Amino acid sequence: MTSESPAPLLAIEDLHVSVGDREILRGIDLTIAEGETHVLLGPNGGGKSTLLNTIVGLPGYRVTSGRIMFKGVDLVGLEIDERARLGIGIAFQRPPAVRGVRLRQMLDVAAGGSLEPELAEALDTQLNLGHMLERDVNMGFSGGEAKRSEMAQLLAQMPDLALFDEPESGVDLDNIAVVGSAINALLKSEERISERRRAGLIITHTGHILEFVNADVGHVLYSGRLACKGNPLDLIEEISSHGYDKCVECALCQTLA
Amino acid sequence: MPDARLSPEALERLAEIRTAAEAAVDKPAALGPDIDITRFRTVAEHDRIASLESLQRQVKETALLSGFDADEKERSASYFQMDRTPIYERVQKAFDDAIEIMSTEEALKLYGEEMVANWWWRAVDPGKDKYTALVALHQTEGYFIRVKAGRKVEKPIQACLFVSESDVSQNVHNIIIVEDGAEANVITGCNIHTDVKEGLHAGISEFYVGKGAKLTFTMVHNWAEDFSVRPRTGIVVEEDGVYINNYVLLKPVKSIQAFPIAKLVGDRSTAVFNSIVYGLKDSVIDLGSETQLIGEGSRSEAVARTVSMDRSTVYSRGRLIGRTNTCKAHLDCRGIVQSAESTQWAIPDLASEGAPGAELSHEAAISPIAAEEIHYLMTRGLPKDEAVSMITRGFVNIEIPGLPEVLRRQIDKAIEETSKEAM
Ligand SMILES: Nc1ncnc2c1ncn2[C@@H]1O[C@H](COP(=O)(O)OP(=O)(O)O)[C@@H](O)[C@H]1O
Ligand SMILES: [Mg+2]
Repeated sequence: MTSESPAPLLAIEDLHVSVGDREILRGIDLTIAEGETHVLLGPNGGGKSTLLNTIVGLPGYRVTSGRIMFKGVDLVGLEIDERARLGIGIAFQRPPAVRGVRLRQMLDVAAGGSLEPELAEALDTQLNLGHMLERDVNMGFSGGEAKRSEMAQLLAQMPDLALFDEPESGVDLDNIAVVGSAINALLKSEERISERRRAGLIITHTGHILEFVNADVGHVLYSGRLACKGNPLDLIEEISSHGYDKCVECALCQTLA
Repeated sequence: MPDARLSPEALERLAEIRTAAEAAVDKPAALGPDIDITRFRTVAEHDRIASLESLQRQVKETALLSGFDADEKERSASYFQMDRTPIYERVQKAFDDAIEIMSTEEALKLYGEEMVANWWWRAVDPGKDKYTALVALHQTEGYFIRVKAGRKVEKPIQACLFVSESDVSQNVHNIIIVEDGAEANVITGCNIHTDVKEGLHAGISEFYVGKGAKLTFTMVHNWAEDFSVRPRTGIVVEEDGVYINNYVLLKPVKSIQAFPIAKLVGDRSTAVFNSIVYGLKDSVIDLGSETQLIGEGSRSEAVARTVSMDRSTVYSRGRLIGRTNTCKAHLDCRGIVQSAESTQWAIPDLASEGAPGAELSHEAAISPIAAEEIHYLMTRGLPKDEAVSMITRGFVNIEIPGLPEVLRRQIDKAIEETSKEAM
């Protein structure tokens, strides 16, 4: 990050979240500025999805203390749709199928009413949606289809902060490339940071998506806290050679924690 | 009513019908709440009208809610019955030689011999219950529609059966014949005047779909909270014939019970039943269909979507009876109960009678809209009530071929209103 950091878009302060009576997140601090792309790494069950779901406001994720400030507004207490209209979007890892609601309708909804036909056309070409547009959303979609559908919805919505929950899980390399270029299109991550406005937070378990998307900062979410922060590619290399346990014991992490 | 010109055989058949009906005057129906039919008078007579435009505005508007359009531009033929009188019937010029439309009593006078031999109480048993008996013994007209062989009429034929007073029973007998190779799209609305409270509609419908013919029959019901409805319908489909039945009920009713029976007698014949039912207020609704798969390679599908609210009780039935090895049929009934005081039953019923090769299947489900789905739509920026109505609309938005736009809008509006109420 540069010294003259742009204004924070998202500022999470000492966030504690419980699911049922289990505390999953135990004091998260995270700041994402306009134009930045962050990556969230961490072992399975560490609470990465919990963090994203809490930001979008899904019920069941109870904020017991702390704040989530977005554009200067405290999100805690806002409805899911209010947060979306404020500019938060998410691509789910496993979105639910909705019988009777077509992907085309979802794109209209995401666009805030109706998606312009030319934009729908462009999305269709870019993400190879084909007859998926007229199918009930996620109903019988393959892994790759579900990811492309999620990306199409985000591109129709164009949120200021886009959250991606494991965009590469369960899809083949061709699909990762398509999803990766869609993330780039959304975040303009090929451009200089000063040219970017939209911010992203990407959960990745494998790091494959980073072969297609440039990220600025990486974090490791470990036992309910952000234990480590650094260059995303360095972190991934560290984790793949030494594992998470070792990674969070490194000197840098120790000072952060 | 028997005509002196009828043959002894025909007269004998009419006497048989009468005897069967007389034996059933007190026979309760197998399904649905019993009704004391002696409380109702027979509907009244009216003057004929020269044009549908001369109908009272309120009548026109009510009829339009069930797809009956007084401006007949988009219709090939119209029949309008006010209480017991067919006050208007007309075939548009372009279809003059393709369609016949008149009251069944007139048709009986005109084609007595042919009617009795082929269509008159041939698909419905007059002795089935007290409602068939009521119509057989005290019939108050009904429509007769015949589409000539080979004529494919795309523009809908419309029929409206209107009740304008309280405490009466309208006992209609309808017959539709689609001759070999012909196609027709019939929209019927049964309506009552907004002032009408109590009443009974007993309707016999007998449909005959010829070889390679196709009949799409769409019925929209607009009843009232104290109105009872007992239709009795029989359909016979011949070789390569197709029958499609669309049924839409969006208004409260005291009780309705109907269970049309389609006999797929011809090889490769098909029957499809689509229904969208809203259970509102204290309605007791018992609907379903039976398809008998008799001809080689016959096919059937029944799709029902039910949303029940308030204190309504809804039975959604479906029965498939396979009688040939090469038949195949599927039932798909799904319901959403939106009120703690409402009850829904889904009753699929399959039988293979001496047909080990028959393939019959069903899916039945009663479940709420998944919260996860509502939240998913909300993450795209849709408020909760709109998300619920979009999913509900999707739930009932089954493919209904031939459904006029006005009906589609009606359905959308009802869904909008009911999902708001459910919030
Ligand atoms: N909706 C939920 N209901 C119950 N437990 C949950 C729910 N969401 C997350 N958890 C629990 O929270 C912990 C963290 O899960 P999650 O956030 O999915 O981790 P990650 O995405 O890092 O793999 C796990 O123990 C998981 O079982
Ligand atoms: Mg996860």
